[in-house]
Amino acid sequence: MALDPIHLQYPMRRHGMDHDRYDWSMLADRPPLRWPGGKPLAVWLNVSLQHFAMNPSAKVKLPGSMTMPHPDLRHFTLRDYGNRVGIWRFLDAFDRFGIRPSFAINAELAQRYPELMAAIRARGDEVLGHSWSMDTPHHGGLDIDAERANVQRSLAVLREASGQPVRGWLSPGKLQSAHTPELLKAEGIEYFADWVNDELPYRFRTAQGELWNLPLATEIEDRFVVMDNLHDEASWAQQVIDAFELLLAEGREQGGRLLTLSLHPWVMGQPHRIKHLETVLAHIAASGEVWQAPPGEILAAFAAQQENA
Amino acid sequence: MSEVADRKADTGHYDYWAYRNRPKIRWPNGARVAFWVAPNIEFYELNPPANPQRAAWPHPGPAVPGYSIRDYGNRVGHMRQMKLLDKYGIRGSISLSTALCEHHPEIIQMCRERDWEFFSHGIYNTRYTYGMSEAQEREMILDSIETIRKHTGRAPAGYLAPALSHSECTLDLFAELGGTYTCDLFHDDQPTPLRVRGGQRFVSVPYSLELNDTIAYVVNKMEPRRYGQIIKDSFDRLYAEGAESGTVMCIPTHNYQVSCPHRLKAFEDALAYITGHSDVWVTTGREIAEHYLANQYDDALADIAAKNASGKGGR
Repeated sequence: MALDPIHLQYPMRRHGMDHDRYDWSMLADRPPLRWPGGKPLAVWLNVSLQHFAMNPSAKVKLPGSMTMPHPDLRHFTLRDYGNRVGIWRFLDAFDRFGIRPSFAINAELAQRYPELMAAIRARGDEVLGHSWSMDTPHHGGLDIDAERANVQRSLAVLREASGQPVRGWLSPGKLQSAHTPELLKAEGIEYFADWVNDELPYRFRTAQGELWNLPLATEIEDRFVVMDNLHDEASWAQQVIDAFELLLAEGREQGGRLLTLSLHPWVMGQPHRIKHLETVLAHIAASGEVWQAPPGEILAAFAAQQENA
Repeated sequence: MSEVADRKADTGHYDYWAYRNRPKIRWPNGARVAFWVAPNIEFYELNPPANPQRAAWPHPGPAVPGYSIRDYGNRVGHMRQMKLLDKYGIRGSISLSTALCEHHPEIIQMCRERDWEFFSHGIYNTRYTYGMSEAQEREMILDSIETIRKHTGRAPAGYLAPALSHSECTLDLFAELGGTYTCDLFHDDQPTPLRVRGGQRFVSVPYSLELNDTIAYVVNKMEPRRYGQIIKDSFDRLYAEGAESGTVMCIPTHNYQVSCPHRLKAFEDALAYITGHSDVWVTTGREIAEHYLANQYDDALADIAAKNASGKGGR
């Protein structure tokens, strides 16, 4: 018994990363960052507006997709609940606390629910691409032409529906194929949020030139904490506030920090959960040391300092 | 101890030896608990060769979610945890993916400056022992030992197999290559002698899976504050029992779990609680192994032999 000799060979064992997508860099080694107004902490809240097909066909199943034999009415409608009911609770809460969120939107949803899309468009909040639906994950091994067509179609529909240039992207499940960065760059995407390896933006290489990765944290995401870890809603809010306070303290000492919150109306939009989201929003709104802004503005503030550095 | 037995049915490394009525363990300065923190500093490869028995990643590559959160540990989490350990006067005992010496020597340098311990956790945490021949596993372990020696000036004393992937002779090989302790066994709250085929003086130093942050957060899906509480509860019990005979408490951590901003506070509360007690020996895995080998090991062997002879021991 023995393994093929390749298992004891290490061709990428070298300084830095074992790939060429980005440079190795430790957060604490970077020059201190300053957010507008001298605030130590920036906060980005992103809402994912998602369509889960009741007849999924993708090879990779994303969290939240159907689990029962067709027709899986219960999971389809529980997800749809977020787009019919939960999102309106979200919007009221954002307005009440003066929050400016962003929305990552499955293009199919923009097409299916014009009233919802019109409301988002009228608010003027930043819109991010979120692929066609939760049944089009950008996983490894995907046919490149099919993936390109998906990216092009999704962005065309979303740009038309939102009236925005749509420069940001969040891949469903944060999955990427080996080609996703190139395909996004080619279609005018300037940043994606998929690689959760940092707390600040950094440059990411593609064959078509660089774009930015602006990580949207998974570990503190509502769906991950409540649906995967099965923590109660009050615990989620407590965890978010603990994160907020830690990053705020670090921001005062070491230069600007960024808290990112990923939200799903089919999770936190339920009547028994919405008050815990409101607790979090109230905590953010009550702080005088926070710059709460959409991701495009956060990235612009960050990038301006990199060029001057 | 008797000769090495069939390792298909049990590990073969130790005899049954009840927790009560053992020779008293005396830690330096009369401490009740030897307390150590073992940060796992790991490197996971984006595209490792596929081990025939265990997949590194759940999806076809690139494994963006799994790879990127582990990279977060090195880019962001390490400094956060190190600062905390500095604050409470704790030297980490690093469970090291030794390729990190090449990938991220900046981290190694900071840990050297703090006199932290480095022990081997294999070369990459995406290279599993499963399916290796004995010669291949020996080559891998030796490579990891020599890498630590080259980059830190001292060979490692301890071993924790990469991703806890073992063969039947993993501990024998590590002992033959000069190691003195392992973290791979979870059978006790005190160090114990281990039987290895070459007869070297070799011990198990209690690590912990129950208090391991990745087990707590990923497998058991704990809330951060409950994790802090189980650490304190473990300590309270081991501190109380340590008045009779010294115990060991280890917190194994991962910089991509414990250092997340929503989790660090609970960990800090636990560290403050533990180091706020007087009779705690805040130490490293190597120092525990060395102290035990020098002061307790022979008494332990004699006690085990006596109990086996009287029919109390067993396999």
